[in-house]
Amino acid sequence: MDGLRRHKSMFLLPGLLTLFLIIIFPLLFTIRVSFSGWNVSNPQMDFIGGANYTAMLHDSRFWASITRLILLAGGTVLIQYVIGFGMALLVWREARGRRFWRVLFLVPMMTTPVVMAAIWQTIFHESLGPANDLLGMLGLTNIPWLTESGPALVALMTVEVWQWTPFMFLLLLAGLLSLPKEPFMAAAIDGAGTWRTFWKVTFPLMAPVSVAAIVIRLIEASKLSDSVYVLTSGGPGSSTETPGYYLYIQGLRDQQTGYGGAMSLTYLVLMIVTLTVVAALLTRAFKLKGDS
Amino acid sequence: MRSRLYPVFKYTVIALWACFVAGPFLWAMTTSFKNANAVQGGPTYIPWVQYKPTLTGWHNIFGGAGGIDVVQPFVNSAVITIAASAISLALGSLAAYALSRYRFKLGFIKNSDIVFFFVSQRIMPPVVLVIPFFYLLQWGGLLDSIPGLVIVTVALLLPIAVWVMVDFFNGIPREIDEMAMLDGCPPFQTFVRAILPNSLPGLTVAAMFCAVFGWNDFFFAFRLTFTEVQTLPQAVVALNSSIPPWWTLSAAALFGVAPLILLALWVERLLSKGNLSGAVR
Repeated sequence: MDGLRRHKSMFLLPGLLTLFLIIIFPLLFTIRVSFSGWNVSNPQMDFIGGANYTAMLHDSRFWASITRLILLAGGTVLIQYVIGFGMALLVWREARGRRFWRVLFLVPMMTTPVVMAAIWQTIFHESLGPANDLLGMLGLTNIPWLTESGPALVALMTVEVWQWTPFMFLLLLAGLLSLPKEPFMAAAIDGAGTWRTFWKVTFPLMAPVSVAAIVIRLIEASKLSDSVYVLTSGGPGSSTETPGYYLYIQGLRDQQTGYGGAMSLTYLVLMIVTLTVVAALLTRAFKLKGDS
Repeated sequence: MRSRLYPVFKYTVIALWACFVAGPFLWAMTTSFKNANAVQGGPTYIPWVQYKPTLTGWHNIFGGAGGIDVVQPFVNSAVITIAASAISLALGSLAAYALSRYRFKLGFIKNSDIVFFFVSQRIMPPVVLVIPFFYLLQWGGLLDSIPGLVIVTVALLLPIAVWVMVDFFNGIPREIDEMAMLDGCPPFQTFVRAILPNSLPGLTVAAMFCAVFGWNDFFFAFRLTFTEVQTLPQAVVALNSSIPPWWTLSAAALFGVAPLILLALWVERLLSKGNLSGAVR
């Protein structure tokens, strides 16, 4: 028994120690740095109290980026969920050539976000890209995709939806494939139509998978910064900046390390609180739907 | 009414979505065979009819004059991804096995809390991690080196490996462990001889996730390597920041995502076998 106990730690410890190094060290480091005046001209760990946090409270650019992230992440994840679920339902059982569709629908998720963002940048080019060309074919006017704030946000959301709907599709399709058959038979015997079967059987049965998929996507979407960097560089002005990107600008590019640390921690705390609340609300909402 | 129109509706929706999904790839494909004249002429889609295809872009990425060499970044990315995935899978499946088979209690901390601790790393924004990593690697003399980037990538991949493997090991019957133990196998050998061979489907899924995340990382490579080691995403983005030679950019992009597209073909096969992780149960 004693041998077993020794062994179980030996199994766990290598991974756990690595994780401590990964999480605890950077976290302590960032907390310490956030109370220092460390910047490009003064690279040292002095102690300046909460000055960084006070400055952050008045930094409207930071708070604007947080608001923008909430809208961007919430909006794109919702669109991804609806389309992903829809497509999973369509190719679930009977579609012809479903293997082909499945592979095709999965591919964007596998591709490198920054690399495909570079391709998307050429797609959205005002005069030489196909986005405006297609609009022209439909008889619509050209849109300055990447040089005006509204269209730039739409472009960013399009890329996100393109890249990550496949993830929703994958999880929801795996969920659909593992559903039990009996409830569907029962619904068919009761004479329930497609629509009723979906709302009364499929949707409630898919609630756990749905919540998990949405929460995982929200976590990943909240880190959005790489594709912003490639697609718009936060511009025009700062109108497409997300916290991840703004933190990179302040903390790394401009080397306001202390200030960047303070914002990182605030952003981390905000994220954890928001995601916890959202996860709880989603679980409740889906459960209510399933009980009715 | 429904039965007649439904298939039409269904295949229209599928086809529209397929066009949206495939569009960027087709665009990159046609662009990669263009040259300055063809690009300046506005968007065109059909080679030979609308423009005359050339191999300039593809020539450029393999060290052609005025181009970039993507082979070295490709090799760097491959080495880093494979090494980091292997280490993460080894550490991760050991830890996952322990968490699935033994009970840990440290005060109020239970097994599920330890699993959550592993997964919680995914919530950390990369910016929080990258500044400390920078100084950690600098202190260890590993900045701008392949081993340095492997260590950082392990940090990204370990939570994924643990998360997938705990779930998978929970689905493997304990009788397998017990039988091996009764035969006199010590715990580590039980794990290697009895459990791992039965875990290939789970390991495959975990390896797939690790490979995708490792290959796709840009942010860490971007901040922690500069001149000596360049990964493929870095090379493509560097190309993009100059006045974009679209044909070279497209060729490099397609070259960079090709391994992952091959991987996607294989993932679909796993998926069509049923549940992604239920193959042994």
